[in-house]
Amino acid sequence: MVVNSVHWFRKGLRLHDNPALQEALNGADTVRCVYILDPWFAGSANVGVNRWRFLLESLEDLDTSLRKLNSRLFVVRGQPTDVFPRLFKEWHITRLTFEYDSEPYGKERDGAIIKMAQEFGVETMVQNSHTLFNLDKIIEMNNNRPPLTFKRFQAIVSRLELPKKPLPTITPEQMDSCRIKIADNHDEHYSVPSLEELGFKNVSQADAVWKGGETEALERLNKHLDRKAWVANFERPRINMMSLLASPTGLSPYLRFGCLSCRVFYYNLRELYLQLRKRCSPPLSLYGQLLWREFFYTAATNNPNFDRMESNPICVQIPWDHNPEALAKWAEGRTGFPWIDAIMTQLRQEGWIHHLARHAVACFLTRGDLWISWECGMKVFEELLLDADWSVNAGSWMWLSCSAFFQQFFHCYCPVGFGRRTDPSGDYIRRYIPKLKDYPNRYIYEPWNAPESVQKAANCVVGVDYPKPMINHAESSRLNIERMKQVYQQLSHYRGLSLLASVPTIQEEVEPSLSDDSQASGSSTTGAMLKCQRTTTTTMVTTEATPTVVTSSAATTAIAAPATVMRPAVSAQPQRKRGWPTELQSTQGCSQSKVQHISKSSTSQE
Amino acid sequence: MPYFLETQHNAIFSELGARSCGLVDVKSDRLFHCDCKLNKPELYFVLFRMKRTKLCDEEQEGVGGGGGGGGGGDGGCTSPGPLEQRKRLRGRDLDKDTQPKQDQHQELDPEQDESTPNWGLLPQEILLQIFQYLPLLDRAFASQVCRSWNQTFHMPELWRCFEFELNQPASSYLKATHPDLIKQIIKRHSNHLQFVSFKVDSSTESAEAACDILSQLVNCSLKTLGLISTARPSFMELPKSHFISALTVVFVNSKSLSSLKIDDTPVDDPSLKVLVANNSDTLKLLKMSSCPHVSPAGILCVADQCHGLRELALNYHLLSDELLLALSSEKHVHLEHLRIDVVSENPGQQFHTIKKSSWDAMVRHSPKFNLVMYFFLYEDEFGPFFRDEIPVTHLYFGRSVSKDVLGRVGLHCPRLVELVVCANGLRPLDEELIRIADRCKNLTAIGLGECEVSCSAFVEFVKMCGRRLSQLSIMEEVLVPDHKYELDDIHWEVSKHLGRVWFPDMMPTW
Repeated sequence: MVVNSVHWFRKGLRLHDNPALQEALNGADTVRCVYILDPWFAGSANVGVNRWRFLLESLEDLDTSLRKLNSRLFVVRGQPTDVFPRLFKEWHITRLTFEYDSEPYGKERDGAIIKMAQEFGVETMVQNSHTLFNLDKIIEMNNNRPPLTFKRFQAIVSRLELPKKPLPTITPEQMDSCRIKIADNHDEHYSVPSLEELGFKNVSQADAVWKGGETEALERLNKHLDRKAWVANFERPRINMMSLLASPTGLSPYLRFGCLSCRVFYYNLRELYLQLRKRCSPPLSLYGQLLWREFFYTAATNNPNFDRMESNPICVQIPWDHNPEALAKWAEGRTGFPWIDAIMTQLRQEGWIHHLARHAVACFLTRGDLWISWECGMKVFEELLLDADWSVNAGSWMWLSCSAFFQQFFHCYCPVGFGRRTDPSGDYIRRYIPKLKDYPNRYIYEPWNAPESVQKAANCVVGVDYPKPMINHAESSRLNIERMKQVYQQLSHYRGLSLLASVPTIQEEVEPSLSDDSQASGSSTTGAMLKCQRTTTTTMVTTEATPTVVTSSAATTAIAAPATVMRPAVSAQPQRKRGWPTELQSTQGCSQSKVQHISKSSTSQE
Repeated sequence: MPYFLETQHNAIFSELGARSCGLVDVKSDRLFHCDCKLNKPELYFVLFRMKRTKLCDEEQEGVGGGGGGGGGGDGGCTSPGPLEQRKRLRGRDLDKDTQPKQDQHQELDPEQDESTPNWGLLPQEILLQIFQYLPLLDRAFASQVCRSWNQTFHMPELWRCFEFELNQPASSYLKATHPDLIKQIIKRHSNHLQFVSFKVDSSTESAEAACDILSQLVNCSLKTLGLISTARPSFMELPKSHFISALTVVFVNSKSLSSLKIDDTPVDDPSLKVLVANNSDTLKLLKMSSCPHVSPAGILCVADQCHGLRELALNYHLLSDELLLALSSEKHVHLEHLRIDVVSENPGQQFHTIKKSSWDAMVRHSPKFNLVMYFFLYEDEFGPFFRDEIPVTHLYFGRSVSKDVLGRVGLHCPRLVELVVCANGLRPLDEELIRIADRCKNLTAIGLGECEVSCSAFVEFVKMCGRRLSQLSIMEEVLVPDHKYELDDIHWEVSKHLGRVWFPDMMPTW
């Protein structure tokens, strides 16, 4: 029987370690590699020019590599559901292969395509290679729920076998056996479009700091490893001015588009470590970045509402402000805080910013200063950030805004101090906001505090040449920490004075408990991931009303219902129960606990 | 089945018994009213079963068909025990024939024939009890079922506590309390309201709406009032006079106000005078952080007159030696909680000092009081702080604070319970932390953000504090590996001293 394969590229824009592509080639008579793109939607989609450029460059690179194998990339214009029936017929396709997409939207799209392929008698083969692990396996091992703390996630990962070994790159021999004749007018129909075709006018090529494509990715990987080998230090590097700039060894956009296989990266790191350290197995922290990515993919894969607050079971409901004007100032780098504005400028110009810079601007937009929803920030990142994958982007925003994953919220990055601490010279600011280049170091992070003479001497008067700070940071952080505390107190049902204790404790079983541990040990039931081990430090005798009974909106009730799995009390001291949104709970075990809680906390009332 | 119902009711009764509060009387127990909820699924289950289950045997012991709808209201002030209550229910059964006709609600279930009991006859006490656990929306749905359920819906007990949510679609993601509901509350239930709060978003319209409601609360007697800005404080954008006149309506009409939260509002000295004139005997809690129109004299007047004041929150500029002395006068009850926000309005601001003798007087008068201080200052503005002993219990440094100040904290804050440092310079805080562990014997909680501490010093700190450290939140970046400890070993070492599993806080490196 004749086998005519189509490999559908989406992410995974590479020929190395591409198991689905290998499936396409396996015993096939013909293989065509397609990428489907709708130029009509390109301009309107919420994707910035840098991301499009990176994608097109990656496609060009793929096409070039395929040419070397005497094949070509077919960039087909249209929507998958319209395109495939045509291709199936035209090319007499019998086999469709693509890389597994774990994201809810992708799963839905792929489900429809698989069904359609079935109707056409086309077999579909899907292979996982965008993530290191099988995410469903991780969820299964965590009692069928995605782990919600990174520690828990690490614990599970450490129990898994190593990721599958990467596959070699496609060889000319493999391709030869299933070569197709490339039509003379191939470029007419299937060429990689230009940015102009996608509706981006007057784009200067010089801007691009990150060049898309597998070739570039593999070169960077080598440099990355060389540098690591040279430094011979696998610790977290201390951040400085240089780490803020786009590095020639940065890999995150390449992982996002699949120009680089995460498994190749993983195994290269591992080998290097084993070579240099000659110790036993490398620590998980070696793979930090890769595991965070995996963590967020796992959290998102079964949650179609992962990118929003409403109807998102893991998201804390926070009464964010709607403020389009302030949002625009943030997004366009007009906040009046040079540190924030420089980061947003770098993001817009280059498509990448350091993760601490992400923390700084995300905190500023949300819980730190502007009190604007993380969803708004996420959308801006989606447009501008090269490595913004849906799951990772939304997950990180929830993390940084303390909307999920139960973070301590006390730590709020100062839009002046944090930058100064990272780059005391202010050169980073000068690079991205040239207007401020003549400011002395002392004032470059807070130009509004510079005396007028200094401002004039620097040819940049605040309020005229550069905006005044849009917000009083001290005042807004005072307000915001109070609001966060309110939100978290409602979650944890904690009414004391401690700020740190307002965050509900979830002790997902990270590892076997310590032997001399009388408090944290002994969570008995299999599903009991939550241990409530804290005893009250201050019992506040409060005379204030706690007005939560009559809530007229559903928003508060969604988070107000606590349910924790309680351990028997270990001491006579009053035990404080920690809340956890019901949706995160297994259904058993939520019924009794609340009642007990009530009887205890009501005692101190008048 | 009847058996099922009986056990359910018994469960509710014993629930109530366990909490030693009355079956119907909720007036005396606010927390019960506010915080204690049965599990929602359980309640729905009860309600569901009540609607569906048909009782075949009216002689069945326990809860039978129940009495008429209107009868339960007078039970409001008594607290019958479970047994007594059940007897009463049975008694009602016998009286059933005497119930007025209109209480036999045919509309409940058209399939029901005459011989089956009518669920509309469920005793109102029980219904009320169930209603109290339901969110408003569900109660509103339930009130559509029949007339007696509708009557229950309007019982005063259910309207003592209300949270108005005033949000504009353009400025908030949250739903708002429906205007019709607000109208209905003002018309039918304003005299029942006791514990009221307003959650207001960032728009001026919402703040206006809140004032509009406040100024209509004339025939009620509020016990607690909270004005809460959920986003940018919008009360500040109202004309001051408008806000003041609405607020004073409450002060004048509600003579037994005990708790007042008016942070971030334009409240002023004259309006506080009105508050004092009407509520000085009852006021126990006053929260007014960032109220720029209040002067030190204004708050002093409150402290002088309101001797029952136990909790107070204000900004540092209102804090004075006189205020502390007034709060520690003999007539005054023990203060429980004093919250001070120290916010700098412009850089280089000079702050006044509080005499040690005033703090000493405060501690002598209220030995157990908590002093919570939140600092939002530039590093160079800390000059006057922590020069002398200060009885602070909870300290929060919202922006960078110098090593020097943290050193002074270790010297002068013997009562410290919680310390949170968001940021510090690039020099390790080793000696400062060790000193704090040494001198602050009550310290149970610490949080460190952008700081640096060497791993060895940190382990030493934890070892000195030991298991009393119930909260230990340290960003991973804070810990600097040294000759003794790598990052990977430190969690083990710290866990050992804490007696529980501990990890530093992590941030995604994405």
